[in-house]
Amino acid sequence: MKGRRRVAKAWEMVWVHALVWLLVIFAVFPVLQVIGISLRPGDQLYSTKLELVPPHATLDAYRIMLTEKPFFRWLGNSLLVSLSTALVGVALASLGGFALSRGRFAGRGAVLQGILMTQMFPATMLLLPLYLLMRKLHLVDTLAGVVVAYVATALPFCIWTMKGYYDTIPAALNEAALIDGCTPLSAFTRVTLPLSAPALVITALFSFMTGWSEFMVARVLLASQDLMTLPLGLESLFTTYQTEWANYAAGSLLVCIPVVALFLALNRFLVSGLTLGSVKG
Amino acid sequence: MNGRRRLVLWFLLPSLLVLAGVVAYPFVFNLWISLTDWNMFHFQHPQFQGLGHFAKIARMIGEPFARPLPEWPSAFAANEFYRIFGKTFAWTAVNLVFHFTLGLGAALLLNRKLPARGLYRALLILPWAMPQYISALTWRGMFNTEYGVINQLLAKVGAAPVPWFSSEFWAFLAPTITNIWLGFPFIMVIALGGLQSIPQELYEAARIDGAGPVRRFFSITLPMLKPVLLPALVLGTIWTFNNLNVIWLVTDQGLPADKTHILVTYVYKAAFFYYRYGYAAAFSVFIFLVLMFIVRGYDRVARQEVY
Repeated sequence: MKGRRRVAKAWEMVWVHALVWLLVIFAVFPVLQVIGISLRPGDQLYSTKLELVPPHATLDAYRIMLTEKPFFRWLGNSLLVSLSTALVGVALASLGGFALSRGRFAGRGAVLQGILMTQMFPATMLLLPLYLLMRKLHLVDTLAGVVVAYVATALPFCIWTMKGYYDTIPAALNEAALIDGCTPLSAFTRVTLPLSAPALVITALFSFMTGWSEFMVARVLLASQDLMTLPLGLESLFTTYQTEWANYAAGSLLVCIPVVALFLALNRFLVSGLTLGSVKG
Repeated sequence: MNGRRRLVLWFLLPSLLVLAGVVAYPFVFNLWISLTDWNMFHFQHPQFQGLGHFAKIARMIGEPFARPLPEWPSAFAANEFYRIFGKTFAWTAVNLVFHFTLGLGAALLLNRKLPARGLYRALLILPWAMPQYISALTWRGMFNTEYGVINQLLAKVGAAPVPWFSSEFWAFLAPTITNIWLGFPFIMVIALGGLQSIPQELYEAARIDGAGPVRRFFSITLPMLKPVLLPALVLGTIWTFNNLNVIWLVTDQGLPADKTHILVTYVYKAAFFYYRYGYAAAFSVFIFLVLMFIVRGYDRVARQEVY
């Protein structure tokens, strides 16, 4: 009887591992593909071989991307844009989410619904009016203009996440700080904010990602070569005559590494920050 | 007390200003565009023309109904609007079903005591961490009929190559697979958090009462995950319905011959390739209304505040 149960348990483990591995292969396979392509020498770009590491593998594409292309300028622009987006996004969402979580004012429900509704309109159709508006504000072809657009893109989701998380923090903590003599502002910054670390991390990560990966808005708003962000830079490798596939793959990996590292480093917060809010929301 | 109330409103103001400028203003501007004849021929001086574009959309929607009843099936099938509309719904539904089954399945597996659980979780998050346009273009390369790795793998096992971008069916499947890959980690992460907040005692009590694993899943796990998964379902529906990038990039602007469009890609092509701004603006108002209707429906069905 006991032996039979052990066999059943062992079979279960086999099944679980098989399923996990199937999912892992599905998730990782395209990434391995990009790695393989980035290692191909120039004359084998259209190869029909299946090996992950191609024959005569070379790091040439990486050398070209890092030395012959203005990769570091793209990187600098992207970092500036993404970090600014994250900073402004966190500031606005942490304040706005707090107002929507604790405030009891007329129109609160309408604001919450309105924020969800911003997601429903096809975003690309907002591009043309946005361009005209930015032109009036002299923000076309500036990184600041792009940052404003990205903050607005990321903001609805971030406000929702922050609001949901604040909802789980007992309001009594805030009240206690007020009784102890904190001003409302310092009660917010010293008590509520530190307790909301996981949600703040999510907000920062999400805003950063928006800036790091966005393509359309940047394409419309930025014209100067000097201001190109990484996605625009990678796109410039697709020329009319030929596509520099190996360079593109190498560049893609270089673009992915920082965000993947960020994701893995923040893995722990990801689970708690995203869900806690909605459990009691 | 009053001062504190006002402070809270000051907190909200900067966010509202940004959203008003970047989202609300362009939205209202779009409403105006939808009432004009703005297109390639009237580019400099668009004229107000009223509800003409909306009437045109209404005519498209009504056209099959004007036929006698026996002709309806063929009329609906031939109608461009219903083809795109149906495809949008199929796209959204198929993606969400797979996002939720794979995401929830992965979360259930990773919630067990597994060796190297952290490593698996890190690897499964990869599709979410990669910038979307890079993934989409990578998948397009993998679906390439001649050199793509997928057809080569099929050839290895002796299967015929799949004409990914020359048939309507396969050209729909390719971006769908891509988007399933992109979206399941988000649900996995959310579900994992939800699973960790379910008290173990519930499962122990159910086990003592003789509930099997299937019963435990449907009576404990799923209901307890509902508050986490419901907002994800609403957001997921909106995001998938309006996902331009994946279809656009994987099918290279709607291959074969504009047959793979969903509503948003159709609108995008109308606006930025055929310069039918007025028409595209009217169509995006229609998309907006459809989504409002769907989210309302969820709200009813769930009988629970989503917001």
